[in-house]
Amino acid sequence: MIVRLLLLLAFLAVPGTTFAQSAVPKLVPDVSQRDINIQSRFTGAELLLFGAIIYPRGVVPEGQIDVVVLLRGPTRPLIVREKQQIAGIWINAESIDFRSAPTYYAIASSRPLEKIIDARTAAIYELGLNRLQLSPTGEIDAKELRRFRSGLVDLNQRDGLYLEAPNSVNVTDQVLYRARLTIPSSVPEGRYVAETLLIRDGRVIVADDGVTVTVSKTGFERFITILSQRYSLIYGMFAVFISLLLGWMAGLAFAKF
Amino acid sequence: MDIYLPIAGLSVDIFVIILLGAAVGMLSGMFGVGGGFLTTPLLIFYGIPPVVAAASASTQVTGTSVSGVIAHMKRGGVDFRMGAVLVAGGLLGTLFGALLFRVLEALGQIDTVINILYVVMLGGIGGVMMRESLTAVLAKRAGRPIPASKRRHHPLVANLPWRWRFYRSGLYISPLAPLILGFITGIMTMLLGVGGGFIMVPAMLYILGMSANVVVGTSLFQILFVTMSSTIVHSLTTKAVDIVLAVFLLIGSVTGAQIGARLAQRMQPEYLRLFLAGIVVLVAIRMALGLGWRPDEIYTLQLL
Repeated sequence: MIVRLLLLLAFLAVPGTTFAQSAVPKLVPDVSQRDINIQSRFTGAELLLFGAIIYPRGVVPEGQIDVVVLLRGPTRPLIVREKQQIAGIWINAESIDFRSAPTYYAIASSRPLEKIIDARTAAIYELGLNRLQLSPTGEIDAKELRRFRSGLVDLNQRDGLYLEAPNSVNVTDQVLYRARLTIPSSVPEGRYVAETLLIRDGRVIVADDGVTVTVSKTGFERFITILSQRYSLIYGMFAVFISLLLGWMAGLAFAKF
Repeated sequence: MDIYLPIAGLSVDIFVIILLGAAVGMLSGMFGVGGGFLTTPLLIFYGIPPVVAAASASTQVTGTSVSGVIAHMKRGGVDFRMGAVLVAGGLLGTLFGALLFRVLEALGQIDTVINILYVVMLGGIGGVMMRESLTAVLAKRAGRPIPASKRRHHPLVANLPWRWRFYRSGLYISPLAPLILGFITGIMTMLLGVGGGFIMVPAMLYILGMSANVVVGTSLFQILFVTMSSTIVHSLTTKAVDIVLAVFLLIGSVTGAQIGARLAQRMQPEYLRLFLAGIVVLVAIRMALGLGWRPDEIYTLQLL
C-alpha cells in the first residue's frame, strides 16, 4: 500500500506523463483490504479507503476541492414494519416493502455533504442516508414513506450498518485522500462497491466506482452455512446428534459424583 | 472472547452464552424442565434474531434432557406407551407449528404471538404452581399435613371415547387426550423453542391425572423426541438452527443440569416448587410489561 502510494507520488512529480493529457483529473482509488473473510473470530472490520487525484499536467487547481467516499453493500428487498399501540399492546401494524435497500451503506466526506454539493446532484449520485433509492412498492404517500425510511435508516445506523461521517475524509495537499470506515460483524456476505467522487463548486468532476470489496464466510463458517442451506436434513440430524452426544457425555462425566 | 455465529450472522461473547446455558441448565436440572422458556427470551434479549433463538434453544433442550431421560428410564419412571402417544401428538404439533410459523411470519405477527403465548402460558401455569406450592409451604410450616391433591383426571378427558390402558401411569383413558396434549406442546416447541415441560407436567398431573412417579420421566421422554423433531423441522424450513450457538449453550447447560440435579436432592421439594413458580411468574410479568410498554424499536426489518 505504501509502495503504491509512493509510486503514485512519483507519477505526480513528473509532468507530462500520459495521465496528464486529459482535461479532467483522474482518480486512482484503492482500499486496504479487497477480501474480508468472516471466520470464527470475526468481530467486524475496519477499511481504509484511500487514493490519489491526478490533475492534468500535474497542476493542482486553485480553490477548494472535496472528496466523498462511499461503500455500498449488496441490496436486498425487505419489509419495514411499524409497531403501533392497539388495544394496549404494541403490535406490528403498517408495513412497506422496499425492493432494493442496501444492506450496508457508509458515506464519508471531507466536509458536511450539504456544504459541498447541491441537493439535486446529491440525489442523482445517491449521496447521504436521506437520499437512498429504496424503490418502495405500491402507492404510498410521501409523508408515510419518509417515516418508514427514517425508521429503517435509524435502525441500521444504530446497528452500524448505515453510517454517515462528515469531515472524515482527509485530503492532503489536494492530492491524496483517505477515509476510514468500520464494518460491524453483522454485515451480509457479498460484493461491496467503493465509490469515490471528486467535487468542486458543488459539481461532481469525476467519479470512480471501480474498487470492490468481497465479504465472504470462509472455512468452518462457510461450511456450516452451506451445509445448513443445501443439506438441511443432514445439518439438522447433525445438530441433534451433537446435542445428544454432549448431553450423554455430561451424564457419564458426572455419574461418579 | 468473541465468536462469530455463522447462522445468526453476528458475533457474540461465548462466556455470556455459556453462562446463560449454565444458569438455565441448573434450573432444568433442579426442576426437570427443559429450560427453553428462559433460554429463548434471554437470547432474544442478548440480540440474537428471534427465529434463530427459538430454533437453537430447542436443539439445546434435546441435550439437556438426555441424561434426565436415561436416569428416569433406569428407575422405571417412564411410561413408554403414554410417551409414544405424546410423541406422536408432538410430531404432528411440530409440523403444524412450522406451518403456523410461516403464516405468522408472513403476516409480521410472529413476535407478538410469541410474546402473548409466553405471557398467557407462563402467567397461567406460574400462578397455579405458585398457589399450590404456597399452600404446601404454609401447611408444612404450621406443622399440618400437606393437603393431598386428589389424583383424578379431568371430566372432559373421561368423556373421550376409545379407551386404552396405561399401566405405569395407572390410567384407563382415551389416547386422544395425551395425543392432543402432545400436539399442543409440539406447536409450542416449534414456535417458542421450549420443550414444554412446564405445561406438560401440570397437565399430566391435573388434567390426565397420571401417577406422580412417572410424570417427570415421561414428560422428559416426550421433550427429548419432540425437540429433536423440531430441530430437524427448523433446519428444513426456517434454516435457523445455529449449531455454534447451540453447542456453546449446551456446554453450559449440560454441566449446569448435572449440578442442578444434585442441588435439588438437598432441597425441600415444596420450596423448590415455590422457587420455580416465582421464576416463571417473574418472566411472565416481564413479558407482559414488554407488550404494554412502548418498545425500544418501533420499526423492524424483515429480509425477503
